[in-house]
Amino acid sequence: MRPKDIALIALFTALMCVLGLTPRIQLPLLPAPFTAQTLGVILAGGILGARRGFASMALFVLLVAIGAPVLVGGVGGLGMILGPTGGFIIAYPFGALVTGLLIERWWPKLNYLTAFLAGFIGGALVLYVIGQPWLITVSAKVSLADGWWSWIVYLPGDLIKTAIAAGIIVTVKKAYPLITPRRTDATPAAA
Amino acid sequence: MLSLYQPGTSPVHRCPAWVKLLAMLVLGTAAFFLTDLRVLGAGLAVVIGAYAVARIPIAAAWKLLRGVLVMLVIVVLAQGLLGDWPTAAQVGIRLLLVIGLANLITLTTTQTAIVDTVERIATPLRVFGVRPDRIGLLIALVFRFIPVIATEAARVREAHEARGVRPGLSYLAPLVIRTLRMADGLGEALEVRGVGEDDPPRRRGARVRG
Repeated sequence: MRPKDIALIALFTALMCVLGLTPRIQLPLLPAPFTAQTLGVILAGGILGARRGFASMALFVLLVAIGAPVLVGGVGGLGMILGPTGGFIIAYPFGALVTGLLIERWWPKLNYLTAFLAGFIGGALVLYVIGQPWLITVSAKVSLADGWWSWIVYLPGDLIKTAIAAGIIVTVKKAYPLITPRRTDATPAAA
Repeated sequence: MLSLYQPGTSPVHRCPAWVKLLAMLVLGTAAFFLTDLRVLGAGLAVVIGAYAVARIPIAAAWKLLRGVLVMLVIVVLAQGLLGDWPTAAQVGIRLLLVIGLANLITLTTTQTAIVDTVERIATPLRVFGVRPDRIGLLIALVFRFIPVIATEAARVREAHEARGVRPGLSYLAPLVIRTLRMADGLGEALEVRGVGEDDPPRRRGARVRG
């Protein structure tokens, strides 16, 4: 890991923490409050790439676990991770990883639409796939089928967040490209 | 200070971090197999007793619990309405027990102690190219830069407001670019100090590329 990578990982984690300090935005017509923090997950993968994005979000989860009040609302600690919504937090590194892998693959012809798709798959679907079963398991006897609907509440917010993140990813690609494209013929990228 | 730690000298505070983490792992797992309300209730009482022994101010305990409480209420209500109320009580007590225990560890253990434990636990991850000793450095860097980036965020937002941009998330793109630019400087500073140079030669062979 180069010094630059360490700097990027640490600073992006710090940015993620700052996003948690910003006030919740209650948008009209949206049932769940809107926070910028999950937007950070998409940005980590889409801007730093899969490997560094994963590392950065793993570092964030570690910060939460050691009790830094970095989640939205100034909370943190192991209780948040073991709690009902803990699966969504644990999913952050994997969300960033998936978004990063897709962005790396689509990098040469990356546009708003592909960025949106990569962000939605990593930043919403992956979080949902890991977080929702966790929520249902922790809250015990409610069957999986009964619990599925609850995600719909977050869908409008996720779509808006992904739209914003995709715009930023495309802008940053022009202004400050950091990702080495992942070739389909699987040549190991230079370290 | 970016920590939820409540200083103290109680037995709970003095207990080594790894013992506390292990205890939570064991008790947390056990709680998921317990169904008897009386046993769960007794467990919860023990956890509350431990808060008293550790002399945690109620305000500090509440601040941490508040974060998960909304979700907890929703989960218990959903369980009660979709299933039955005894199970809902079981789920509620179980979650309170596990979360209360985890929060107690957060409140009574310094971040340094937890980082040390994490570094020790992460040692086997060396095979995957993870450097456990880097974790402490990374955490220190994050804490150092949170105020810096928060100041930048405020500055960008002020600039937007001054130009009449509607408040929202429009400050994000410039903030991200400023953060990346900061990383350039920080990366150089780390390089000059020889931090994060590639691993010493003897370790290089052992690294596995992912």
